[in-house]
Amino acid sequence: MNRFAFLLRTAWRDGRRNIGKLFLFMSSIILGIAALVAINSFNDNLTRDIDREAAALLGADLVVTGSRPAGPLTLATLDSLPAERSTEVELLSMAFIPKANESQFVRLRALEGDFPYYGELVTDPPEANMLFRKEKGVIIEKGLMLQYELQVGDSLRLGTSVFPILGSFENAFASAAISSTFAPTVYIGGSHMDSTRLIQPGSLVNYSYYFKVQQPFDADQWEEEKSTRLRTESMRIETVSERQEDVTEAFSQLNYFLNLVGLVALLLGCIGVASSIFIYVKTKIPSIAIFRCLGMKGREAFLIYLFQVLALGLVGVLIGAGLGAFVQMLLPELLSDFLPLTINMQISWPSIFQGIGLGLLITSLFALLPLLAIRKVSPLRTLRATLEESGKRIDLVQAAVSAGIVLSLFVFLWLLTGEVEVGFFFVLGLTISFAVLFGVAQLIMWFLKKYFPRQWNFVFRQGLANLFRPNNQTRTLLVSIGLGTAVLTTLFIVQGLLLRNVEAMDAGEQPNVFLFGIESNQIDTLISITEGRGMPIMQQMPIVTMRLEGWQGRSKADWLQDTTRKARNWAIHRETRATYRDYLDANEEVIEGEFPHPRESPEDSIFISLADAFAEAMAVEIGDEMVFDLQGVPLTTYVRSIRKIDNANMRARFLVLFPSGVLEGAPQFHVLVSKAPDREMIASYRGEVVKAFPNVSVLDLSTILQSVNEILNKISYILQFMALFSIVTGIIVLLSSLLLSKYQRIKESVLLRTIGASRRQIRWINATEYLLLGGLAALVGVMISLIAGFLIARFQFELDYTVKWLPILIVFTAVVLITLLIGVFNSREVVNKPPLAVLRKEVG
Amino acid sequence: MILEVNRLTKSYRSGSNELTVLSDITFSAAEKETLSIVGPSGSGKTTLLGLCAGLDHTTSGTVSLCGQALGELDEDARAALRSQHVGFIFQDFQLIPTLTALENVTIPLELQGQSDVQHTARELLTRVGLGDRTHHYPSELSGGEQQRVSIARAFSGRPKILFADEPTGNLDDETGAQVEKLLFELNQEAGTTLIIVTHDLELANKTDRIIRLKGGRVVTDTLTNASTSR
Repeated sequence: MNRFAFLLRTAWRDGRRNIGKLFLFMSSIILGIAALVAINSFNDNLTRDIDREAAALLGADLVVTGSRPAGPLTLATLDSLPAERSTEVELLSMAFIPKANESQFVRLRALEGDFPYYGELVTDPPEANMLFRKEKGVIIEKGLMLQYELQVGDSLRLGTSVFPILGSFENAFASAAISSTFAPTVYIGGSHMDSTRLIQPGSLVNYSYYFKVQQPFDADQWEEEKSTRLRTESMRIETVSERQEDVTEAFSQLNYFLNLVGLVALLLGCIGVASSIFIYVKTKIPSIAIFRCLGMKGREAFLIYLFQVLALGLVGVLIGAGLGAFVQMLLPELLSDFLPLTINMQISWPSIFQGIGLGLLITSLFALLPLLAIRKVSPLRTLRATLEESGKRIDLVQAAVSAGIVLSLFVFLWLLTGEVEVGFFFVLGLTISFAVLFGVAQLIMWFLKKYFPRQWNFVFRQGLANLFRPNNQTRTLLVSIGLGTAVLTTLFIVQGLLLRNVEAMDAGEQPNVFLFGIESNQIDTLISITEGRGMPIMQQMPIVTMRLEGWQGRSKADWLQDTTRKARNWAIHRETRATYRDYLDANEEVIEGEFPHPRESPEDSIFISLADAFAEAMAVEIGDEMVFDLQGVPLTTYVRSIRKIDNANMRARFLVLFPSGVLEGAPQFHVLVSKAPDREMIASYRGEVVKAFPNVSVLDLSTILQSVNEILNKISYILQFMALFSIVTGIIVLLSSLLLSKYQRIKESVLLRTIGASRRQIRWINATEYLLLGGLAALVGVMISLIAGFLIARFQFELDYTVKWLPILIVFTAVVLITLLIGVFNSREVVNKPPLAVLRKEVG
Repeated sequence: MILEVNRLTKSYRSGSNELTVLSDITFSAAEKETLSIVGPSGSGKTTLLGLCAGLDHTTSGTVSLCGQALGELDEDARAALRSQHVGFIFQDFQLIPTLTALENVTIPLELQGQSDVQHTARELLTRVGLGDRTHHYPSELSGGEQQRVSIARAFSGRPKILFADEPTGNLDDETGAQVEKLLFELNQEAGTTLIIVTHDLELANKTDRIIRLKGGRVVTDTLTNASTSR
C-alpha cells in the first residue's frame, strides 16, 4: 500500500510540471469525446422524443389509408372498431390566391371529425380550429399567410370553389415534415370537398381514416389480423409504432453520417492520444532510466506514467463530455426547420456515461501502447544516453494491448452501426491502412538509403538523409499524419457523395414544370398553351390506373396466403399507373426481352414491359403472366421486356408499359412535362393553366428543388459543423506528431549551427524534410481515402462513386502546408537564438 | 567481499561483427573499500561499472554484488537489490528535472519503503550545504549544486556500495574539489564501499586501490598511498 502511495505521489510530483506537455493529449480526448457525446446525446434525445410524441406524430391510434375511398369490405372492418373516427381526403392541388393574383401548389386536406386525437392543431385565432370543421372556410399554414401577406377574411380558391381564410396553423399533422415543405398544407371541412370538383378520375387522392380506439386496445395486433384483408382493397394500416419507425428511419442516413463524423473525431482523437503519449514517453526516458537505476521496477515506472495519463485522461474525458453536452444543445437549433417535432434537449446521461466509459477505455488502450515501452527502458541509459533497447522479442502484453485496441474498435463500430460486417470491415480497413503507411515508410527509407542522390546539394541531401538516419521520424509521422489525412479525406468524400444527388437534380436540361390530372379533352388546349409560350413539350403521356389481380397463374388473394412468396408488398398493393406506347422514352433502355411488341389485332395476347425495379420486386420474369383489374375488367398480359429507367432524369416514370391498341378506350388522364425559362414564366403559366382547368395540378419543380436545396444546405452545414471537430482534432494530431520531431531534430540542428551552418541552411534542411514527409503522408493518406470512399459508397450507401477533387486538394495542400509550417516553426528557436542558449535549455 | 567480478566478458554484436568491450576481468572489492577504475576512453570503464551495478548483462563470467549473483536475478530482483544496497553518482548528475532537490533525495528512501523520508532528506541536503535550496528544481541549481544533490541522494538510502561515474567530470576544478571532498567525507562517515570510474588520476589516487583498464582488459590492480596512509 505504501509503495502504491509512493507511486501515486511520484506520479503527481513528476506530472505537475508536465501539464503543458500533455495539453495535446488532453485536447485530442476532449474533442473526440465532445463530438461523440454531442452526437449520441442528440440521437438519444431525438429517439426519446420520437417515442414520447409517437402518438402525436400520427395524431391517432391508427390510420387506414388508401388511394380510393374505403370499399365495402374495409368499411365493414372499420365499423367493427370500437373507436372514434375522423376521415380525411388529401390531394395535391393548385390554389388560386385572388389577393395576390397568384396560384400556389398546396396539399389540400379535407377533414371530417375531431382529428387530431393526440397532440394539438394550434391555430391562430384558436377558434379557427373548430370553425373550419363546421363552416365553409380554410385554415392555411402560417408560412403561406406570411408569403402572400394574407389575413383572416381573405379568400382562397380551391378548384371551382372560393373559401374564406379562417385562420392559420403552425403544425401540420400526420405528414412527413420534409414533403410538406414542398407544398404548404391547407385544411377545409370534409363536407366541402365536393364543391371544389377537384376529385376527377386520375386525380392523386389519398383517403385516410383516423381512429382513436377505446383502451385497452392493441393496435399492432389489430393491424396484423386485418391487414391482409384490407390490402385486398388496397388499404394500408399504419399504427403509432410504425409511424415511429418511419420517422426514425427518415433520420437514419443523417444519423449514420453524424455517427461517422463522431467516429472520425474519436479515431483522430485516438491517433492524437497515441502520438502525444509517444512524444511524452520519449521526453521522459531519461527520468525513467534514473528511477530504474535507483531501484524502481520497470512495472512501477510504467505505473507512474499510467497514473498520470489516466488522471489527465479522466479530466479530458470529463471536459469533453461537458463540451459535448453543450454542443448537442446547438444541434436542434440548426435542425429545427426540418425536424418533425420539437426536440426537448435534455442532458442525456446514458450518452454522457457512454462517452466517458468509451473515452476512458480508448484513451487507456491507445495510451498504453506507447506507455508500455517504459517497462523496457534500461537503467543503463543513465550511463549511455544513446542506448537503444533491443525490442526484438515479442512482447505479449504489447500484443494483448494491440489486440484490445482492435477488438474495442470493432465492438465500438459494431454498436455504432448495429452491423457486425461494418465493424469488421472498418477495423480491417484501418489495420490495412496502418500497414500500408508503415510499409510505404519502410520502402521509402530503404529506397533512399540504396539510391541516395550523392551529387545533390548539401541542404537537400541533409533534408533527404534525415528521412532514414537513426532517430528518424519517417515511420511515426507517415503513419500518424497519413492516417489522419486518410480519415479526414474519407469523411469529405462521403459527405460529397451524399450531397451530390441533389446537384444533379438541379441541372440545366431537366424539366421544371409537371402538369398532372389532365383529362383527355383538355390535353390539346394545354399543349397549345404550353407551346404558345415557347415552352417545349418534353413528355406527354396518358395514364391509366389499374390494380394487380394476380401473376404467374395465381390470384393475388392466393398469393397473399403464401408466406413463401418473393413478391414485395409495396409492389403488390400499389395502384398501377400504366401508360401505352410502342416506343421508348428518353430515359428508358430495354435490358431484357424484346421491344416493341405492338398488339395488331384484338385476338393477340397483350405483351407488356416492366420497369426493372418492379419486375425485381414482383419476382417475375420474361414470359410470366400478369393479370390487372381495369375498372372491373380483368386484363391478362405477359411480360415481354424489362426496361431500365434512369432515375436521375426527371420525367414521369412508368412501371408498367402497355402496347398501343389496348388501353385507348379506358378511362385515363394525362401528364405533361415541360421546362419554363424562369420563375416568372412558371408563375404566369401556372395562372393561365389553373384558370382554364382548375382540376389540373401544376407542379413547379424549381420551387421544390429550392426547398430541397435549402434543407440540404442546412444538413451540409450541420455536417460541416460536426466535421469541424474532426478537422480540429486532425490538426492536433498533426501538431503532436510534429512536436515529436522537434525533440528529435533540435540537437542535430544546434550542432549544425555550432559548426557553422547558416540559419538559412538549417531552415531549408528542415523545410525539405517536412515537405517530403508531409507530401508523402498526405499523398498516401489521400490514396487510402479514395479506396475507402469507394468501398463506403459502394457497399454502405450504395451510391455511384464520384469524387469531388477540390476538398481533397484542399486537405492535401493544408496537410502539406501545416506540416511544413510547423516543421519550420519548430526550428525557429534553433535558428533565432545562439546555439549555446538552446543547448543549455535542452539540457536543463 | 561486497563485489566479486569473476572472468567477466562483455561483447556487443554490431551487424555481423562481434565487438568485445571487456575481456576476462576478475577483481573484487571489500566492504568499506574505495576503488577507482581508470583507463583511456573506450577502455570499457563505464561498461564495467554498469555491469557491476547490475544495469546490464554479462556475456560471460559472473558478478556477485552484496552476496548475490547478478546473473541469477531477474530485472525486478536487480532493481530491488539496487534500491536496498546500491547508490549512484553520475558525471551529468542525472537528477529528475521535474522533481525538487528534496524530492530527488527522497526517492531512494521511498523506494526502500522508509518513513519520515523528508526529515532524512532534509538533513542530508543540509549536510551537503543545500539546506536552503530544498524546493529548487535541478534547472534552478548550478552544476556543483546539482552534483551535491546527487551525492545527497546517493547516500540517502544508506547504500552498502556506491558507484560513481566521473563524479567531477562536468565540474570546474574548484567545484570539483569541493564535491570530491564531500564525497569522501560522507563515504567515510557512512562506511560505504566506493567504486569510482574516472580519468582523473588525482581523484583516483585518493581511493585505496586503482584498477587500470586498457583495451577491455585489466592491466594493473594496485594499492595507492591513500590506502597505506589510512
